[in-house]
Amino acid sequence: MSALRLKKGTSSKSAYNLRDPHAEGLESHTLAVIVDNEAGVLARVIGLFSGRGYNIDSLTVAEIDHLGHQSRITIVTTGTPAVIEQIKAQLGRIVPVHEVHDLTVEGRAVERELALLKVAGTGEKRVEALRLADIFRANVVDSTLESFTFEITGTPEKIDAFAELMRPLGLSEIARTGVAALPRSDMSTDG
Amino acid sequence: MTRQMTGAKMVVQALKDQGVDVVFGYPGGAVLPIYDEIFLQNDIRHVLVRHEQGAVHAAEGYARSTGKPGVVLVTSGPGATNAVTGLTDALLDSIPVVVLTGQVPTFMIGTDGFQEADTVGITRPCTKHNWLVKDTDALGDIIHQAFHVATTGRPGPVLIDIPKDVQFATGTYTPRTKARTARYKPRLKGDTAAITALVERMESAERPIFYTGGGVINSGPQASQLLRELVGATGFPITSTLMGLGAYPASGREWIGMLGMHGLYEANMAMHDCDLMIAIGARFDDRITGRVDAFSPGSFKAHVDIDPSSINKVIHVDIPITGDVAHVLEDLLRIWKARGRKVNKEALAHWWEQIEKWRAVDCLAYRASDSTIKPQHAIQRLEALSKGLDRYITTEVGQHQMWAAQFMGFEEPNRLMTSGGLGTMGYGLPASVGVQMAHPEATVINVAGEASFQMNMQEMATAVQFRLPIKQFILNNERLGMVRQWQDLLHGGRYSQSWSESLPDFVKLAEAFGCKGRAVSDPAELDEAIREMLDHDGPFILDVLVERHENCYPMIPSGAPHNEMLMGDDSTEGAIGSSGATLV
Repeated sequence: MSALRLKKGTSSKSAYNLRDPHAEGLESHTLAVIVDNEAGVLARVIGLFSGRGYNIDSLTVAEIDHLGHQSRITIVTTGTPAVIEQIKAQLGRIVPVHEVHDLTVEGRAVERELALLKVAGTGEKRVEALRLADIFRANVVDSTLESFTFEITGTPEKIDAFAELMRPLGLSEIARTGVAALPRSDMSTDG
Repeated sequence: MTRQMTGAKMVVQALKDQGVDVVFGYPGGAVLPIYDEIFLQNDIRHVLVRHEQGAVHAAEGYARSTGKPGVVLVTSGPGATNAVTGLTDALLDSIPVVVLTGQVPTFMIGTDGFQEADTVGITRPCTKHNWLVKDTDALGDIIHQAFHVATTGRPGPVLIDIPKDVQFATGTYTPRTKARTARYKPRLKGDTAAITALVERMESAERPIFYTGGGVINSGPQASQLLRELVGATGFPITSTLMGLGAYPASGREWIGMLGMHGLYEANMAMHDCDLMIAIGARFDDRITGRVDAFSPGSFKAHVDIDPSSINKVIHVDIPITGDVAHVLEDLLRIWKARGRKVNKEALAHWWEQIEKWRAVDCLAYRASDSTIKPQHAIQRLEALSKGLDRYITTEVGQHQMWAAQFMGFEEPNRLMTSGGLGTMGYGLPASVGVQMAHPEATVINVAGEASFQMNMQEMATAVQFRLPIKQFILNNERLGMVRQWQDLLHGGRYSQSWSESLPDFVKLAEAFGCKGRAVSDPAELDEAIREMLDHDGPFILDVLVERHENCYPMIPSGAPHNEMLMGDDSTEGAIGSSGATLV
């Protein structure tokens, strides 16, 4: 995958990048933010990033505890170490934010993203798309005689690589969820 | 005991339970049910302002001078949007304010109804937190939570948006003791290891300095007392930001004056040359630091702040201590005493010698005049003639604000109300209304410029209606003085739009409002005019016609470090470089 020289994640294309992407010492961090699932909480988090000029490379949010009214927001962001620290402190200041975890600092994390890709083509291209999908362990979730829709799960880099390979084979549409991440347990081995 | 009542009644009940005695507000269609409940009771006084911005600034003045939260009640749409400047001001200066806004009924939200605005959306970035109440049952709980959030941790403004149908509907009231306030619980105690590390540094420091800010005042009277004890016992010099003036008395032995852009030479030089900086409840604002990469280059820095995001935001510090100022100072004093009350006496004596040399420069000196009133002189006379009184000062924003900070001495906390962070012209007059409401017997003086004064002068009517004897002390130079000063320094003296033409006659204006006014331009009459203002039993506007071209010094020009201050008009040539010119 490294041979493709793809940028990590989707940062280079994000519309939410307000800071100089070439500044020295930039680091990518994955933050997990546990919040009260109340109206406006996502707007508070996003407003913080845009208002203070921080980057959002990827953001996912969903309720994780229905009875406890809690949601988990996973944010991938880039910045200098000082900016990353500031982002964490500013997030912690938001009243409905309960916990802010920097998964990049707290130890290795499992990071996964899901994507749906529609690839239209016939003949050899169609066969090749299916063959590559098999290698990447992507599933066909919808198909017509002219197209496949693949579902792929993996790191953002894996999805970038798969999408890049599908482009010449007729990639017509792509939907990505953004990163969901959990810290690895102490006992777990790489898997 | 659960009680059923309408949402409107719940609002008034919750305010009473919070001990609120004054509400600053302005009625309108979407808050009429609440105003009806206010009509039906006598415990809470309602002050009818003339513009919603004035309501928030008045609440800020009330809050700063009492330490209690200020409360505002306004209607939906324009009522709420007019409150935005006040909310932002309170956010930047960490002032606890609770704003209640009316909203169109829930079933109309999103239809672009009459006087509908997305109030929680608009105010999200300018409040500490805000709520849209969609259910009457939740209203009591939310109001109590709002007071809790506004007043705990780093204080700030909060807003509760209440749709009209929620005000009319009946629900169950949640009393204060049952409200879910436990979810927001900022840390108060500082880390003992960090405090001990600071004490070790204090014992050996050769050139220490306390740099204090508004956080000391926000922490409460106890924090100011502990600060005084600590400073007195260690003998370290102390400087403060604009927001922190009064926490340590101006007459105190270790006081070396305000620091920052228009701070005192000795304070800024001491900050630049110190070897131990102890920042307490201050946030390294750009008015304080000047050029960041040349800020106090040789010092070891400790920072006490209740807000972790203030630490290492602008200046990297060596010992961060997250906690409430009073809690941390208590531990600091205890540990320092237990370890034997050590300081480096010999080095400290040298340090004070150096500071006295800087002080001898007499940075506030100005050319006196017999023919025109110098603004600095006017402030000095106001200070001299009002010093013995039970006195509260508010200011507008600009040169007069800086002269007030330089030439007036504040002996107690909560005595100076000024817009520090946002720099809001039009703050001082409504703030003086709020202060006077809280302290009916005190002398409340707004030090103003003629331009700032005009931004919210409609509030004179409020003062007259409520018989608030506020004193408006206008330094009238017929100029936007601070803008003009920057045009001098930066734009070749091209005074684009910075003069005040067609000024009203402030004496006639006072009469039109139904209060008293006087103009003074002769230095010989100044004292008598100030006395008349102070002695008058009612609101008073004193229009002091001052020297028009006076600039405010000393000054750290933008983009310069602390040790490169401008001391007067002679030293301004080429003072601001091209990189500094982009700064504000």
